[in-house]
Amino acid sequence: MLTKITDKLKKFWEKQQGKNTYRRSVTRSAGGDVGIYIILGIVACIMVLPMVYAIASSLKPLDELWVFPPRFFVVNPTLKNFTDLFRLMGDSWVPFSRYIFNTVFISVVGTFGNVILSSYAAYAIAKIKFPGRKFLFNVIVYSLMFNATVTGITNFITMSLLGWVDTYFAIIVPAFCTTLGLYLMKQFMETSVSDAVLESARLEGASENKIFWKIAMPMVKPAWITLIIFSFSGLWNSGANMYIYSEQLKTFNYAIGQIVSSGIARAGVGAAAQVVMMVVPITVFIITQSNVIQTMSTSGMKD
Amino acid sequence: MPREKAIIRTDISKFKWTLIEMKKNWVGYAMILPFFLLFFIFTVIPVVLSVILSFTTFNLLEWPQFIAMDNYIRLFLDDDIFLLAIKNTLIFAAITGPGSYLLSLFFAWFINELRPKIRAIVTLLFYAPSISGSIYLIWQIFFSSDQYGFVNAWGIKLNLIAKPILWFQDEKYIFGLIIAVALWTSLGTSFLAFIAGFQVVNMELYEAGAVDGVKNRWQELWFITLPSMRPQMMLGAILAITASFGFGGIIDALVGFPSPEYCAHTIMHHLGDYGGMRFEMGYASAIATLLFFMMIGANLLVTKILRKVGS
Repeated sequence: MLTKITDKLKKFWEKQQGKNTYRRSVTRSAGGDVGIYIILGIVACIMVLPMVYAIASSLKPLDELWVFPPRFFVVNPTLKNFTDLFRLMGDSWVPFSRYIFNTVFISVVGTFGNVILSSYAAYAIAKIKFPGRKFLFNVIVYSLMFNATVTGITNFITMSLLGWVDTYFAIIVPAFCTTLGLYLMKQFMETSVSDAVLESARLEGASENKIFWKIAMPMVKPAWITLIIFSFSGLWNSGANMYIYSEQLKTFNYAIGQIVSSGIARAGVGAAAQVVMMVVPITVFIITQSNVIQTMSTSGMKD
Repeated sequence: MPREKAIIRTDISKFKWTLIEMKKNWVGYAMILPFFLLFFIFTVIPVVLSVILSFTTFNLLEWPQFIAMDNYIRLFLDDDIFLLAIKNTLIFAAITGPGSYLLSLFFAWFINELRPKIRAIVTLLFYAPSISGSIYLIWQIFFSSDQYGFVNAWGIKLNLIAKPILWFQDEKYIFGLIIAVALWTSLGTSFLAFIAGFQVVNMELYEAGAVDGVKNRWQELWFITLPSMRPQMMLGAILAITASFGFGGIIDALVGFPSPEYCAHTIMHHLGDYGGMRFEMGYASAIATLLFFMMIGANLLVTKILRKVGS
């Protein structure tokens, strides 16, 4: 039995070695490898420390939250904090479920609009040779150089004029035109959708709209999956918004901030809420990771 | 396009040629219209408007009054807190910008040495903080000033400190701590771009490099990997610089607004103070305009330098 396993392991390592023959032997020293593993291990621990602590705290019964000196890990795990969280959802002034609904609604609608609009624009810029497309793409690149802080104040005027202050529109519609998505999509379309295929479809008389949906979009699946995760995690994590006053329109992340900052009395419930909050984008990323990496490989900025 | 141009332009003017091309490809304009219409309304107009409003005094109720450079004069000569905000913003950006860039680059490089399955897991561990919402508030608990703070508790236990330190209230520590937390959340999109960039470097280049006498991984990184990753590095730089000006939300959440003695007051906070609370829109617009040019300027400067380094 044991020899079987060691045999298998040996074969596995040989295979691995074979794959990396050149890189192992010439430029990689064993000492360097070990050093890198150690650094990665230590920093990875620091990176996940708050997440692990949030999960541990969310499982702690009340007496363990109050213990001194503070204890990092949980001894007698319980799901009470989660049930408390869901009970709290029922009977707070603004029902907690409302915050969750807001976050889900904003994230889903905002992401959908953003993916559709930026994919359309990216396709046109990458594959239809209309005059002015290079200029427009340069504008997009410049727009990556500043963030929404700059436009926030004057957008308040725009929002007032449109009558959108204190409505969902104020959060959702600006999210439709996030430029990083368009940038990534355009770069990916340029390299992975072949012009020859598009040309032949055009010769057969297919409309650009049809080509976009039937040919281009299926070919850039990794890119729109990437747009979904970026747009979704951004919106999902959106907190207080300067255009929103009503408590009923505020987001889950905002509500968590209130719970967490209300002190140690709610520490357990707060941690449970944070766990619920982080699980969603992390799960989405786990599912989509390979697509995201594939998209990012074309993301570079050529001069 | 240039080839077509050469043929056609002998017959008709450039203007006419453009018109014909526009007509032929009208679908393109229809497809970009929804996005660019919204982009124009929510990004272009606000920038232009804030430049215009920065020369006025405007309270949202009365029509703006033109006051020439008065807002800018007031900012630089009469507003000590703004000068502090500029200083803090620049120091903050100068540390978190390059810091997050180098962290993303080096950890992506280290992670690239791992086998694919482990690589995916470690990538997730490093990327998770940037998509985990308000998890960074946990650092507040670790550095909590009461006896439940881990750092104080362990510090006292190990005799490193004599009494609890008020980490997030003491000016001495606030700045360092928020930079650390900002860096912790900063392995985001550019990090993923680097992870991907390392994976698509042409393997033959490495082999050729080994023949040409590349001896260790550092030489390989410097002579082969980085030059072929230049496009990713440009994008990463832009994203890192832009993000480095935008950590105000983290500061608010960790130390509150205003921060003690304004020690972590940034331009973003000043902007929110005048625009969002006092409704001095003209003055706020002047701040926004300056911030805009600072961000664009920093980005253009750095990308220009990066281009030089690469060639």
